[in-house]
Amino acid sequence: MYPFEYHRPRALEEARALFHQAEDGIYLAGGQTLIPTMKQRLAAPSDVVDLAGVPGLTGLAVEDGTLRVGALSRHAEVAAHPDVKRALPVLAHLASCIGDPQVRNRGTLGGSVANSDPAADYPAALVALGATVHTDSRSIAAEDYFKDLFETALEPGEIITRIDFPRPLRAAYRKFPHPASRYAVVGVLVAEFDGGLRVGITGAGPCAFRGTALEEALADGLDPAALDGVEVPDAGFNSDLFASAEYRAHLVKVMAKRAVQDLLVQPR
Amino acid sequence: MAEAVAGSGIGASVRRKEDLRFITGRGRYTDDISMPGQVHAVFLRSPHARARIVSIDTAEAAAVPGVLAVLTGRDMAADGLGDLPCGWLVKQSDGSDMVAAPHPPLAHGVVNYVGEPYGLVVAEDLATAWRAAELVVAEFEERPAVVDPALAMESEAIHEGVARNLAYEWVLGDQSATETALAGAAHVTRLDLVNNRLIPNAMEPRAALGVHDPGTGEHVLYTTSQNPHLERLVLSAFVGVAPEHKLRVVAPDVGGGFGSKIPVYAEETAVLWAARRVGRPVKWKAERSESFLADAHGRDHVTHAELGLDEHGRFVALEVHTTANLGAYLSLFGSSVPTYLYGTLMAGQYKTPNIFVKVHGVYTNTAPVDAYRGAGRPEATYVVERIVEAAARELGRDPADLRRQNLIRPEDFPYETPVALVYDTGNYEASLDKALALIDYGGFPERKAEAARRGKRRGIGFACYIEACGLAPSKLAIQLGAGVGLYESGEIRVNPTGNVTVFTGSHSHGQGHETTFAQVVAERFGIGIDDVEVVHGDTGRVEFGLGTYGSRSLAVGGSALVRAADKVVEKGRRIAAHMLEADLADVEFADGRFTVRDSNQSLSFGEVAFAAYVPANYPEDLEPGLSEKAFYDPENFTFPAGTHIAEVEVDEETGVVELVDFVAVDDFGKVINPMIVHGQIHGGVAQGVGQALHERGLYDEYGQLQTGSYMDYCIPRADDLPDFRVDTTVTPCTHNPLGVKGCGEAGAIGAPAAVMNAVTDALGVADLPMPATAEKVWRALRG
Repeated sequence: MYPFEYHRPRALEEARALFHQAEDGIYLAGGQTLIPTMKQRLAAPSDVVDLAGVPGLTGLAVEDGTLRVGALSRHAEVAAHPDVKRALPVLAHLASCIGDPQVRNRGTLGGSVANSDPAADYPAALVALGATVHTDSRSIAAEDYFKDLFETALEPGEIITRIDFPRPLRAAYRKFPHPASRYAVVGVLVAEFDGGLRVGITGAGPCAFRGTALEEALADGLDPAALDGVEVPDAGFNSDLFASAEYRAHLVKVMAKRAVQDLLVQPR
Repeated sequence: MAEAVAGSGIGASVRRKEDLRFITGRGRYTDDISMPGQVHAVFLRSPHARARIVSIDTAEAAAVPGVLAVLTGRDMAADGLGDLPCGWLVKQSDGSDMVAAPHPPLAHGVVNYVGEPYGLVVAEDLATAWRAAELVVAEFEERPAVVDPALAMESEAIHEGVARNLAYEWVLGDQSATETALAGAAHVTRLDLVNNRLIPNAMEPRAALGVHDPGTGEHVLYTTSQNPHLERLVLSAFVGVAPEHKLRVVAPDVGGGFGSKIPVYAEETAVLWAARRVGRPVKWKAERSESFLADAHGRDHVTHAELGLDEHGRFVALEVHTTANLGAYLSLFGSSVPTYLYGTLMAGQYKTPNIFVKVHGVYTNTAPVDAYRGAGRPEATYVVERIVEAAARELGRDPADLRRQNLIRPEDFPYETPVALVYDTGNYEASLDKALALIDYGGFPERKAEAARRGKRRGIGFACYIEACGLAPSKLAIQLGAGVGLYESGEIRVNPTGNVTVFTGSHSHGQGHETTFAQVVAERFGIGIDDVEVVHGDTGRVEFGLGTYGSRSLAVGGSALVRAADKVVEKGRRIAAHMLEADLADVEFADGRFTVRDSNQSLSFGEVAFAAYVPANYPEDLEPGLSEKAFYDPENFTFPAGTHIAEVEVDEETGVVELVDFVAVDDFGKVINPMIVHGQIHGGVAQGVGQALHERGLYDEYGQLQTGSYMDYCIPRADDLPDFRVDTTVTPCTHNPLGVKGCGEAGAIGAPAAVMNAVTDALGVADLPMPATAEKVWRALRG
C-alpha cells in the first residue's frame, strides 16, 4: 500500500470538497474492493475520503411500496433486517449471497453499486426491480446508471446517498458463485410486477443488464420451460479461466429457469 | 474413529496444549519478532518467465532517503555466497548423475521464472522499500519461455549444458519383465493422466528476520521453516552465509507448511546476508501474491500408464511413464519427490508382480516444484487407483471386488514389492471392509436412483492407498542419493523438581507436537502432560534435527524420545537402587514410581530427579544430573494405508460437482491422540478434495501465473465439504517402539483419486483432468 491522506468528513459537502481538493481522491465506503486493490498497489489514491462519518447515508425505510436503503447499509444489515425480509425478501436473500461473512459485515450497497463490478450481485436487483439511484445531486434510473465495465453514470465526486427499490409482487434471485471469489459468475433476478415481468442479469456481461429476450419468453406465462427455446447470445459476454462466454450464456438460462421455479412457489 | 481412552496418556484425545496461545493471538510467529534497529527488505522479482538481464540501474532507488542498500544477485555472488543446493542426487537410468542447473539464491545474468528474485531493497521502513524497489530500472531481453512439461524435452534448453531440459531420466523396476507380462496379459488398461500443479498456501506466508552481531560474529535467522537445523546446514555448508557454529536458526511458531517450508529459499538467505552488509537486522515478510509466485509449488505430472490383467482379473504388470515438471531449478528435495517418493509406491496395496516406472524430470520456466502434502505419494496413488478403477469399469468388474482380489494379504507380510520397498505390516482388506460398511456400499444404487430423480448424477469412487512415511532409514536414503541422514534426535531434561523439558528435532507447524509428544513422555514417566514442556524449532536449544515432513515426526522423532526416556528410566533405576539399598535388578519403574520388587519400598520419579541434582545419597560411579538424549534412525519406512471412498453428485444442468459423502478408514498403527489424528485427516482430505475439484496452478504460454490470487486460485472452504466420516484400523508398525506410522499426509494422498473416480463414475467418462470444475464437467456431460 502506498501512503495516502485519510479524511473522515462529517458532512456531504465536506466530503465533496475534500474529494475535489485532492490530487487523486477516492471515497471509501466499505472498502471491500478499494482496500485490497490498494494493498496490491494497483490503486494509489492521494487522498481517501471515508464516508462512514457522514450523516444521512444509513438507514432503511419502507414507504409507498418502495424500500429505501441508505447507501452505507452493510450487506449483512440488508440480509438480516426484518423490514427488508418482509418488504423485499429477494433483496435480503441476494445480500446474504454476497462474498463471505467478512465481506458482508463491511461491504455496503452504495460501495458495490458505485464500483459496478461486472460480477457484483446488487446490480441485478437494481436492474430487475427498476431501482432509482439517488445521489447528492440527482436521481438516476438503474437502467441508465450501469454503463460498462466498472463504468457508471456517476460524475466524478458524486456520492450515492440512497437507493430506492420498488416492491414487486414476488421475485427470486439465483446466483452461480465463482468457487474462489464467490462473486457471481452469473446472477439472475426475476421479478414479477403488476405491469409484467422483469429480469436482471449480472456477471455475464460487462455490467448488469435487462434480460429482455427472457422477459418476452415469459410474457405469456410464468413457466420455466418457456425459457428452453430462448437464445442467449454470448457476444460481449465475460470470459475467464473459470467460465467461457458460452458457458455463461448457458448459465443465464439455467439460473433464470431456477429463479422462475423459486418464484412460482412464492405466494403473490 | 477409534474410541479415545480416558486421561492424558497414549490414546487419549487430549486438547492441544498449544491452541490456547494460537486462538487467543498469543502465538509468536516470525513476523511477531522484531529487533531494535530492524529494517525491511523488499525483493526485486522477475516479471518475465525467461530473460537475460541486460542491466540493473539501482542509482535512483539507492538515492531515496531511508534506503540503506539496493543489492543484486551480482553483489551476492561477489561476496562469495554459493548456490542453493538440491539435497537429493538422483542417479539416471544410465548410471550418471542428474543434471543440476546452478541455482543462485538471487538471479544474476538470467532469470528463469516469473517472481524469481534478482535483488532486494533494504530500507528503514516497508513503504520506503517498496517505493524504492519501483525505481530500480532493470532491462531484460526476453526469450521464449518453456512452460508445458510435456513439451519441455523438445524445447530450447533453458540452462546452459542441460540438454533437452532434462534433469534426469530415472527408472525403477524390471522393464523387460513388465513389458513381457503386459504383452501376454489378457487385458490391458491404458490411461493418460495429468496431475495438476498446486500452490501450497500455508496460512502464514513465509517470512525471515536476519540478525548479525558484529561483536560475537553470531548470525541469527528467524524464519518460517519446517527444518531449522537443515536450514542451518545448507546455509553454512553450501551457501556459506555463516559457519554453522556462528549461525542459529529459529523457526518459532509456524503457521502451516505442507512441504512448502522445507526448502531453503532465496529470501531468508538474502536477509541474513543483507543484515551483515547493512549492519542492521533485516526483516522480510511475503505478501500473499509473492507466496503464489515464489513458494515451491507441488505435483505437476503428465503420465501414461498401462495395467495388465490376466483372464481372472489378477494384475500382472504395471508400466508407468511420467514427465515431472521440476520448475526452473531443482528445489531442496525437488528431485526426490517424483522419483523415490513416487515410483516406489506403484505397487500400492496390490500384489502386482511386475512394475516398471520411468520418470523424466524436466526444467521449465515456472516456479520450482518440491514437496507438497504427500509429496510423490498422492501422485503415485492417483496413477494406481485411477487405473485400477478404469480396469474394473472396462472389465465390468465391481471396483471393490477387483481391488480385494489383488490385495496383499495379512499373511504376505513382510511383503517385498517389485519397486524396492518392504512393507512391514498391514491389513488392507480390513480397512476396505470397514469403509464399505461405513459408506453403505450396498445402498449406493438406491442413492444413485434417488439423485437421478433430482436431476443429479451420483458417482462413487475408491482409493485404496498406501504411503511410505517415517522418512527414513539413513543408510538407505543416503544410498539412494539423499544428502543427509533422516534420523531424528530427542533429548529429555528432567528438572530437579521432577518436571521435564523435552527437546525434539521434529518441528511442529500445526501438527500438535507439544501435546502428542508430551503425552508420550508423560505416560512413560507417569507424570502429567502439563509437567512436560516440548521445545522445538531452535538450533540454539535443540541439539540437532531433521525436521517435520513426510509424516515422520512421531514415528522417528517420537521414537527418539522413547529411546531417551528409556535412558532416563535406566539411570533413575540406578539412583533408586542406591537410595533404596536394593539390587539394580530388583528395581522396577512403573506408574511414576521406582519400586523394589516384592516390597513396599519405592521412590517417586520426582524424588529420584531431585536426588540426581542434589546427590547427597548417590551412587559413586554415576554422574549427577538426569538428562538424556537419543538419535533414532528408523529401520524401515512406515506404511500407513487405508481406503477412502467418495460420493459425488453432478448437477446435469450446470456441471457443478458436489462432494456429498466421504469416508476414510486409515491404518496409522497405534494412535497417540485420536482427536489430533482426526484433525490431520480432515485437513488432508480437504486439501485432496481441493486438488480434485478446485485448485490449479496455471501458467499461460508466456509463463505468467494465471492463478496468482484467491480470486482465481480456489482453495476449498468448509461449505465446499461434507462432514467427513473417519475411522481407523490398527496394525502396529513392527519396527518402531511406539508402533506408529504417521497420519499427516494420508488425506491428501487418498482423496484426489477417490473423488476423481467418483466424478468419472458419475459422468461415465474414462478421465477428466483435475480439477473437475463446473464448465469442464458441463462440457463432458455434453459429450
